[in-house]
Amino acid sequence: LWFVVCSFAVNMFKGQINPSQVFPFPSVMNEEQTQFLQELVPPVSKFFEEVNDPAKNDSLEKVEDSTMESLKEMGAFGLQVPQDLGGVGLTNTQYARLVEIVGQHDLGVGITLGAHQSIGFKGILLVGSPAQKEKYLPKLATGETLAAFCLTEPASGSDAASIKTLATLSPCGKHYILNGGKIWISNGGLAEIFTVFAKMPMMDEKTGQMKDKITAFIVERSFGGVTHGPPEKKMGIKASNTAEVYFENVPVPIENVLGEVGGGFKVAMAILNNGRFGMAAALSGTMKGVITQAVDHAANRVQFGSKIHTYGAIQEKLARMTMLQYVTESMAYMISGNMDSGSKDYHIEAAISKIFASTDILWLFPVVCIQGSGVERVMRDLRIFRIFEGTNDILRLFVALNGFQDAGKHLKSLQKALKNPLGNAGLLAGEITKRAKRTAGLSTGLTLQGSVHPELSHSGNLAVKAIEHFGVTVEDMLLKHGKNILHEQFVLKRVADSAIDLYAMVVVLSRASRSLSQGHASAQHEKILCETWCIEAYDRIMKNVKDLKSSSTTQVFKNMKAISAAVVENGGIVAPHPLGF
Amino acid sequence: YIVTIRVKPDHSGVVTDGVKHSMNPFCEIAVEEAVKLKEKKFIKEVVAVSCGPTQVTETIRTALAMGCDRGIHVEVSGKDYEAMGPLQIAKIFAALAKKEEASLVILGKQAIDDDCNQTGQMTAALLDWPQGTFASEVTIDGEKVKVVREIDGGLETIKISMPAVLTADLRLNTPRYATLPNIMKAKKKKIANMKPADLGVDMVSRVEVLRVDEPPTRLAGVKVETVDDLVAKLKANGTI
Repeated sequence: LWFVVCSFAVNMFKGQINPSQVFPFPSVMNEEQTQFLQELVPPVSKFFEEVNDPAKNDSLEKVEDSTMESLKEMGAFGLQVPQDLGGVGLTNTQYARLVEIVGQHDLGVGITLGAHQSIGFKGILLVGSPAQKEKYLPKLATGETLAAFCLTEPASGSDAASIKTLATLSPCGKHYILNGGKIWISNGGLAEIFTVFAKMPMMDEKTGQMKDKITAFIVERSFGGVTHGPPEKKMGIKASNTAEVYFENVPVPIENVLGEVGGGFKVAMAILNNGRFGMAAALSGTMKGVITQAVDHAANRVQFGSKIHTYGAIQEKLARMTMLQYVTESMAYMISGNMDSGSKDYHIEAAISKIFASTDILWLFPVVCIQGSGVERVMRDLRIFRIFEGTNDILRLFVALNGFQDAGKHLKSLQKALKNPLGNAGLLAGEITKRAKRTAGLSTGLTLQGSVHPELSHSGNLAVKAIEHFGVTVEDMLLKHGKNILHEQFVLKRVADSAIDLYAMVVVLSRASRSLSQGHASAQHEKILCETWCIEAYDRIMKNVKDLKSSSTTQVFKNMKAISAAVVENGGIVAPHPLGF
Repeated sequence: YIVTIRVKPDHSGVVTDGVKHSMNPFCEIAVEEAVKLKEKKFIKEVVAVSCGPTQVTETIRTALAMGCDRGIHVEVSGKDYEAMGPLQIAKIFAALAKKEEASLVILGKQAIDDDCNQTGQMTAALLDWPQGTFASEVTIDGEKVKVVREIDGGLETIKISMPAVLTADLRLNTPRYATLPNIMKAKKKKIANMKPADLGVDMVSRVEVLRVDEPPTRLAGVKVETVDDLVAKLKANGTI
């Protein structure tokens, strides 16, 4: 029984190509949705250009009251709530397009909106009961009540499953009593409605033992016992409120359990997975804005007698920024398109897009960042994006391990087949042929021909070769480490980085192919973006592949482990000062 | 409103194809005023009208999103559209005002692409209605309208009877931003479609554009060392 996994990323770990979600570049909006979106973009853009004052929001360390009011009136707080519950009812693609505008102008506002609807009450949208939706969504959509997502605790960040906030059933059986504290909660000081994750001891049916399981709750501030701390002073996204939230004997009616009792971890992951594409969309807008300013500077600044954009060093920076934006934007809309088409198989791609989008392009910015120049604020705002909503380190592990898990299943099924070779002759024959060809250095027949535009066939071939080598490397790593691959983080990081580069190659191949097929005016420019990206990405992937096979890299990993152990033991730098004191 | 304007190669006009169009700012102010009057219950219904090719329906939708009740799209395209000017539009508006039994026709004082400042005045003349142009304040008082007008010498206040034509000036109001829920509601509002012929309007232009040119490129200035040099140059130039 073959289970077809549609995700391109999952398949590439097996050295296979499933093009269904990546070629052609998704175009998922019908005429009505397109027309509607076209009507929404100008007023939203106008608002952010003329009314919202990002510098003011940043210096006040809050979004100006008048701006919040206008945003609420505008409907910005309920973009994906269904229309019959008072929202705008946008699809993921439409949402991405608007969030891109916000990202271009003010990430602080972006996080205020995102913390509210992308994660704050997303759980109600995804797994809420009809009664819960009816009760809470209308006021959340108008912004009359704001929402916050409460998972992180002082001792539980990346290790979300270890949270300690406790929910115990009251004697009357009608309430859960919530006790605990959450930290770094966006909108924590503003929210009325909280999606709170708490543990509760539950009987494990299989073992008969009591086990802590997480449950998600919809908690209203008005239940009593909910308090919050002062706004955290942050380096960036200052306009966004971040606070500690405390729950002291908060009575939560049992009707307010969100999803299944004990199923909270899954709910949390579903919420985060579902909202992730929004970050790539927002950041693609931020990059666009920054590039416009960089270009303006480079085109006008004269040094050594010429405009600086005539110098190679600056040209490289502008080119790199442009390519990164092109990839980010392509990823965002490919994923939103996949989601809108009903795909349930996009989590790895979403994680990849978040990691990629939070690559700092600003360090490439060819200008001194003077305070108040706008760009300086963006630089401060960007830092958090690698950290929250799943740190990039964790997400890389997620990408790699998910890929390995699926590839491992494939290997396992091969192993099983080997035990009964005659009954699995077809499968085995295919695998043997494939491997023989690989060993002989021949192509295994994997191709993107027919998907990729002929003008991009060379880049398409690079992608195919990369996928083949990548698949082999993944398998080699699995064979070498087996289940212990889980602990080989040096390996996992490099595998993840290669997966990210590979997905990026395929995404731009798809987008540039579409532009060429449709004869866009910019098609030749996009072709160059795509080709350049693919050349460099291919080199990086091949280097990772080579490193993972080389014994000197294994030695490097060992050395790094030793260096780390030494500085930890010493509480700091170990080598004595060159001067001796 | 930053657009790079280019003259057509045949010098017959300015390139408008592919240029993003949006509602004329003075018309936004006019729409806002009309919607405000309705909110204050001085008028019953606001109809947004635009003349032009298919794309103008987007602009009508924006007006609907701002609060107008329904729209009318008078389809004009091709050569007729290129030749269309204030006189033709005024004829259309006059015909519609009569057909719809309007009590007020509110327009922007001028369009910022051609700066004609004629349509409102012509409409009033064709209808033989009073006009309150360059309005910076509008108050309805029974069957009359008090209009404060911005004129060169300052402000002039007049009282005119309805039905009347008003044109909006900059300080009349600050147009509201279309909210997303209102844009959604606007989708359900109706836009009627018609042609000038349906209104008995002849679109023939009485104006023939001979040639459109870009302004001459500004020549570089010349620096002089002394005042005497300056005087000499000005004399040589024939300026003095």
